[in-house]
Amino acid sequence: MNKPLLEMKKITKTFPGVKALDGVTFDLNHGEIHALVGENGAGKSTLIKILAGVYPYPDYGGEIVLEGSERRFSSIRDAEKAGIAVIYQELSLVKELSVAENIFLGREPRRFGIINWSDLYSRAQKLLSDLHLQIDPRAPVQNLGIGQQQLVEIAKALSQEARILVLDEPTAALTDAEVETLFGILDKLRERGVAMIYISHKLEEVFRISSRITVLRDGRSIGTDKAADLDEARVIAKMVGREVGQIFPEAKHSLGPPVFEARNVTVEDPTVPGKLLVDHVGFSARKGEVLGIAGLMGSGRSELLMAIFGAHPGRKSAEVLVDGKLVKIENPYDAIKQGIGFVTEDRKRYGLILEQTILKNMTLAGLRHLSGRFVTDEDAEAAAGERSARELRIKAPSVFTVAGTLSGGNQQKVVLAKWLLTNPRVLFLDEPTRGIDVGAKQEIYNEINRLAEKGLAIVLVSSELPEVLGLSDRVIVLHEGRVTGEFSRAEATPEAVMSCATGRRQLAA
Amino acid sequence: MAETNQTGRFKLRTSALRAYTMLLALIVIWMFFQWATRDQYHPYGIFLGAVNFSKLLQQMAVTGVLAVGMLMVIVCGNIDLSIGAVVGLAGGIAALTQGWGLVPSLASAIVVGLAIGALQGTLVAYFNIPAFIVTLGGLEAWRGVILKLTKGATIPVELPIFRSLGRDFIDPRVGFALAAVAVGGVVWTNIRRQRARQRHGLTPLSAGGLMARIAIPSIVIIGFIFLMNQAGGVPIPVIFLLAVALAGAFLTANTTFGRYLYAIGGNADAARLSGINLRRYILAAFCVMGALAGLASILHTARVGSASPDAGTLMELDAIASCVIGGTSLMGGRGTVFGAVLGALILASLDNGMSLLNVENWAQYVVKGGVLVAAVGFDMYGRRGS
Repeated sequence: MNKPLLEMKKITKTFPGVKALDGVTFDLNHGEIHALVGENGAGKSTLIKILAGVYPYPDYGGEIVLEGSERRFSSIRDAEKAGIAVIYQELSLVKELSVAENIFLGREPRRFGIINWSDLYSRAQKLLSDLHLQIDPRAPVQNLGIGQQQLVEIAKALSQEARILVLDEPTAALTDAEVETLFGILDKLRERGVAMIYISHKLEEVFRISSRITVLRDGRSIGTDKAADLDEARVIAKMVGREVGQIFPEAKHSLGPPVFEARNVTVEDPTVPGKLLVDHVGFSARKGEVLGIAGLMGSGRSELLMAIFGAHPGRKSAEVLVDGKLVKIENPYDAIKQGIGFVTEDRKRYGLILEQTILKNMTLAGLRHLSGRFVTDEDAEAAAGERSARELRIKAPSVFTVAGTLSGGNQQKVVLAKWLLTNPRVLFLDEPTRGIDVGAKQEIYNEINRLAEKGLAIVLVSSELPEVLGLSDRVIVLHEGRVTGEFSRAEATPEAVMSCATGRRQLAA
Repeated sequence: MAETNQTGRFKLRTSALRAYTMLLALIVIWMFFQWATRDQYHPYGIFLGAVNFSKLLQQMAVTGVLAVGMLMVIVCGNIDLSIGAVVGLAGGIAALTQGWGLVPSLASAIVVGLAIGALQGTLVAYFNIPAFIVTLGGLEAWRGVILKLTKGATIPVELPIFRSLGRDFIDPRVGFALAAVAVGGVVWTNIRRQRARQRHGLTPLSAGGLMARIAIPSIVIIGFIFLMNQAGGVPIPVIFLLAVALAGAFLTANTTFGRYLYAIGGNADAARLSGINLRRYILAAFCVMGALAGLASILHTARVGSASPDAGTLMELDAIASCVIGGTSLMGGRGTVFGAVLGALILASLDNGMSLLNVENWAQYVVKGGVLVAAVGFDMYGRRGS
């Protein structure tokens, strides 16, 4: 067998008080896609950051061997020169600059110190057409969709002659079509001999694209196997260290009378006047019911909920009925007063104040009734917050821990706690498990079922189809701002829902 | 410090650590000036003597009052560059309206400050013009209005009570009475707090902890009054500063208003989605700032004894510097009233101490600028470590 391209031997990394990596060994062959999986906090990012020179030598233990010789990267630049490129989850493109400028940022072709623009654009064009990408190198990056931006990042990595490409959750924000394009390109790169490390929570993709899988848990390597020798259940078992019988517990929700109804919700794109993001959509939810809203990215799911909640920045119209009575919701304050809670997507941007404590985050939305109309009662808040932290099993030293230091799963629980502390009767959940580990997902699923049993009406939006199908009593499907299907739990098969979500099938008018 | 921050019973929150660091810096500055101001008549130095210390506090009162308002504006993610000009304008109007009597004259200063705060706050919150621009415009415009109203002349303060607000002292016996009330307040709040903790099922403080929480502030209060009474009593502007600082601390730490300001500055999107009316609270912060600028203008005009057209110039920068030295983030969401007042005290101590030592004017500016940058640099360094 050939010598591997890259070997990372007995890598150890300690942060104050925590051993993030403990003797991890990892190798990568030429032209191979090797998946790295594990729960959040398992050490994947730390391992990658050591490889990329973010944690420079000698801040870690062990050795990095590239083509047989040990390398010690003292900076990101060093690792880039050695042909290692990392595409992080948060894209690092400059939105105002063009595609070509981004690709060659800091390495612009020059003549006498002045940027040679024609060379810049022609080289960018060549790179993009090599990847069969229909992207204009002169287009500003902000005009591209998130999927295309990702592809530009890959082009940028290739322009640096990367031999090792690390992809950290590359599909988190992509539509299915974009995922296909990405996979096509990754296949081509593999044929060219580029080696790739693929990090993802989506095991289905991991199995599709990678030849070997390494599982990390608590900073240790649990093992590297050929993908063909594994299946999803076994990988999950390795990740969590226990067998997960059934991810979606079978729940019997007893349905009560309808508590919530929205009619004729229409939402205009705030940046493009006249363009409708949501077009006369209506739905209702009964007490104790979980209503799933399925749909691809851009189908108007989040905008629908935002508009009902009074938080959409542009023009909109909606009739909202709570307990059969028409109510007026002009802003989130009105919505909360009517008993609507909204666990928004993107917890770091919309959900949390990262530098504040867990407690202050938890009590923010329900502050007035938890604490006092004007003068706050810190002790009453602490008591309520501690109760909720126990119920949701938030893992933190105390409720006075700063929210930004928590893992994704625990942050998500804090956001959930914030809304439960407003005593809602209807709870909107938008992507409640995005980017959190399997264990925490399971706990959130159990909590959703528990809340439904307690009599809440739940409206669940998720990009992960199994999640919508596994939890919902009823599913409606959105495509380009319109309802294209509605299914009961029994009827909702992945195929049926997907064909409505992609617009191949329409609801009989 | 790094060790104490990690584990064990000396665990400190970063914000608390920061406050203690600045307190330590203040004590070092005081000790240095005390040591440096020794002479043959004062073998132990004169800096911390009752007379000089009283004067120092009078000097900081105006900046301190402004810093409390500025803190609220900065915490919710804004800035107010106009308050120096507002102090000048409100002070000028108070001086011009002396003919109406004492109360209308003082009230007009506060009303003018409040009205300007409301106008600027409306432009920021409801018309989405950045605070930097609105208040930079205000800085120019209000100075112009002063020139128009006063025709460029300095107006003397004629009313004796007006003047005494900036220069006189409260009777030492009243000082002791206030101290007694304050100590009573400390005891009462601590006992109430302890009962509340028990009622909510939280672990109560130990007897020793409770005693310390009562004894330390009480000793500071009584010691302070004793020191001030040696120099004739607590200066009236200092009483105003203490009242404003207490009210500001309560407002920011113990009310929904304060909590919302921090939320808005920390993450405006999250705050909006949590049902907070951002506009209303940003407007309110500017109104508080404006009213406090009105109060500060009274104290300043009274102390100087006249209202001149350039009164208040650069005071906005002293107020911002006080907040920043006290650990306030200009990005919003972080900072305390205690820190802002501490920052004002540090700046006033530097001013006063360097004047005592006859440090040349140019060097005073350089030192103050250096301290501002160093305080923030130190903060950044500490953050990187944690």
